This record gives sequence, structure tokens and C-alpha cells, in this order.
Amino acid sequence: MTDQAYNFAYLDEQTKRMIRRAILKGIAVPGYQVPFASREMPMPYGWGTGGVQVTAACLTPEDTLKVIDQGADDTTNAVSIRKFFQRTAGVAVTEATAEASIIQTRHRIPEATLTEGQILVYQVPIPEPLRFLEPRETETRKMHELEEYGLMHVKLYEDIARHGTIATAYAYPVKVEGRYVMDPSPIPKFDNPKLSNSAAIQLFGAGREQRIYALPPYTHVVSLDFDDHPFVPSKAPHDCDLCAASDSYLDEVITDDQGGRMFVCSDTDFCRTRREAGHLGPLGVPMQETV
Amino acid sequence: MNPDALLGGFADAPLQSARAFRGTLEALARPGEIREVTGAMPPAPLSVAAGVLLLILCDGTTSVHLAGAYDCAALRDWITFHCGAPLMAAEDAMFAVGDWDALQPVTRFAVGQPDYPDRSATLIIEMPDLSPQGQRLTGPGIATSAQLSLPETAAFRANRTLFPLGFDAFLTCGTQVAGLPRSTIVEES
Repeated sequence: MTDQAYNFAYLDEQTKRMIRRAILKGIAVPGYQVPFASREMPMPYGWGTGGVQVTAACLTPEDTLKVIDQGADDTTNAVSIRKFFQRTAGVAVTEATAEASIIQTRHRIPEATLTEGQILVYQVPIPEPLRFLEPRETETRKMHELEEYGLMHVKLYEDIARHGTIATAYAYPVKVEGRYVMDPSPIPKFDNPKLSNSAAIQLFGAGREQRIYALPPYTHVVSLDFDDHPFVPSKAPHDCDLCAASDSYLDEVITDDQGGRMFVCSDTDFCRTRREAGHLGPLGVPMQETV
Repeated sequence: MNPDALLGGFADAPLQSARAFRGTLEALARPGEIREVTGAMPPAPLSVAAGVLLLILCDGTTSVHLAGAYDCAALRDWITFHCGAPLMAAEDAMFAVGDWDALQPVTRFAVGQPDYPDRSATLIIEMPDLSPQGQRLTGPGIATSAQLSLPETAAFRANRTLFPLGFDAFLTCGTQVAGLPRSTIVEES
């Protein structure tokens, strides 16, 4: 049921035009952060206001929307954003990755391979990969202009000097088409290889920081590394305790105060699909026929 | 103002512009693919697709340049009423509409600044026909290679050498639209 007091997908048409222009420029210059006039949304900054605005500008009535938060469809952030678009746009929603035409995500890329026609919208807290190394916007802008990314390599080098390995585990910087260094949002570095050469359009929205950037499909994205310390997409050395998947990104769940713990797929749809297909981990329970 | 200028806009702007933008986004993100966009009925000589692009992207904050035969009273009135966009000279325009010959020389359009490459012009090039054959395209958005009937090769090759600066283009014909971002490498096939 659409709330008729709002325009389709909440935002007014003038705002959508402005966001759409920024998205198109982002597509034309992959990895470059396009400034846009971010609006206040009916949710606090940090809850995905950038992603919500990008989704609102792309949504059509025929879309099927999926929203995930750290891979899960059933956490607060995902549920509230999904309800927001059900109410203001009346779109269909799903938890199945393959059935969705737009997927808004916070900090994960779904395990299932994305296809042509799908759009993945990321919620981005800090879009500037150099921000923690250089706080001045005037300077980071100049560094992007001059392709001066030595500072980022120094940061990765200091990781190696201190820890013996590149300790950056999430928001791992990437280089897009050999030009712009980009923050992939705080996805685990396990997901970084999925950024490259994806069949889907990937859009990034940072509401508080007022930036939109994009990766067109089939764009070459490389995680920064060194010849003698190559990039490793790491995960917990374990299989999923529910579905026995050995190739998915895992969450560690503390189960008691005696040191008990279990590892489960962070992507809830992936895990459920596998259990429905009969895969069972050591702590898994066979799926019920009816709920 | 000719009262005909009041006609030909979207009947249901939120939904029609949403569908049209999705087609436009897919077209620009996948150079070489031709999409259909509908909903606008602009006065001649503007095509439906070019009219739709103006309706979904242009407003009082974007300057539009009308090139050659497109700089006519009917079109000026239509854009003023439906978009409210200021009509400007080519050098100051964020969007430019016209056929390829009238848009020449394309080097006069804004290509952005080194620190703000997004501040560049978007050309809407009206074509007599549009087909997935002709120049060979490679680059972001294209799995291996694609083909598109471009009006010429040299201008787009020169534009690509400016990357990350450069203008972006849409090619329109009837209800068809194809995208050609500055990132695409164009070669004679």
C-alpha cells in the first residue's frame, strides 16, 4: 500500500533529477566521487541515507527490491529501509538475491553471482579512501586529480611493517580501471574480487558526505597490494555450521559464556537456499516443509 | 508562446521518468546497447527519446544549448515550459541537443576540470538511424566488445584521450537511445 501523501519513492522530482544527473556522471567516470546535494531523509545519517536516495532515484514500480545489512535480510536497518520503499513506492520486495532487480546493501556483496539487469546500491559512510590519511578535502581532491596515491601504499606498507601482513580487513582500497582509487564501502575484503567485472551496475551513495560514485558493469577493479604481499581475500578458516558452505563469508556468533561459538554464513539468503537444497552443517537443523 | 508548447510532457511524471531513467542508465552503463524510452511528445525536430532525456535530466539548474535547426521557437518554448532550463551558448551548456553536424566543433563543449571531471557537458546527438553495427566499442560497461553506428570516430577518440575529462554523449533516434560515456574506447571496425 503506497502512502499517497508522498511522491513515488518519497523524493520529489527535482531532487531525483539532480541525483540522476550525478549517477550518470558517476557511471561515465568510474570510481570518481560526484558531489550531489544530499537531502535530509526520514532516518538518521549513518543508516543509509545515501543508499536510500540512490535507490529512490533508480526505482521503478516494476522493480523487486532486496535490502541487506551485513548480508542479512532480517536486521533492523534492512527491515526499516525495505518497509520505507514498500510504503512510499509500493514495490515488490524479496529476500532472494536472484529475484531482485535492485539490491540495497550495507557492507556486503551477496554470495550469489549478480546478473545483467540487476543494480547493487551500496550505503557508504566515508566515500573518500584517503580521508583517514589526509583530512583536508582540498588536498584529497588534488591527490585524485594528480593520481597521487603513494600515501595509500605507505599505509598498506605500515600495516606490513607493524603486523607482517596487510591488516586492513574491510573497506580495502581498490583502483578502478587503472585511474581512481576508490573506497568500496566497508565490505570485507573477501568481497573485493566480486567488485570487478560484475554483470550488474554498482552504485555507491554517501548521504552525509554528499557523494555518489559508480562502477558500470564489466569494469576492471583491482585491490591495491604489493608484488611480495599480494592481496588475499580472507575469511574465517571454517565452514558454515548451518549449511556447511566452505566458500562463503562467515559471521562468528557467541552462543554462551563458556567460550562456545559458531560460524554461520553472513548472507542469510545464501545459507537458507543451501539448507533448503539439503546441505547441512554440524549445528544445522533440516528445513521444515511448512512454517 | 505557442500553446502547442504546453503539450507533450509526461502525463504521470514520477512513474514515466523513473522508467525512462532506468533505460537511460542502462544505456549509458552498457555502451552499444540500444534502449527504448517513451512518454514525451516534443515538437519537431526533436525526437521522442531526446525529449524524454531533457524531461528527466534538465531543469532550472541546468543550462541547455540548442544546436542548428534545433534552435527554433517551438523547441525553445517547449523546453522553457516543461524543463524551465536556461538556454545558453555551447561553451556554457551542461546539455546540448542537435544533429552531429550542428554540434560541431564538439571541442567547444565543457569537458570538466581536472579536480571536478563531472562538470562536463552531456551531448544529445540526434541520429537519422541507430543500429548495433559500425564502430567497435570497448571499455567499462562492455564485456568484450560492442558495435554502434556512430557519426564519426576521430572526435570520440580525441575525447577519450582527455579521460577522466571529456564530454558524455547520448545518441537518439525516434524512441531509441544509446549511451557513449567518455570512458569508451572507439575504433573503426
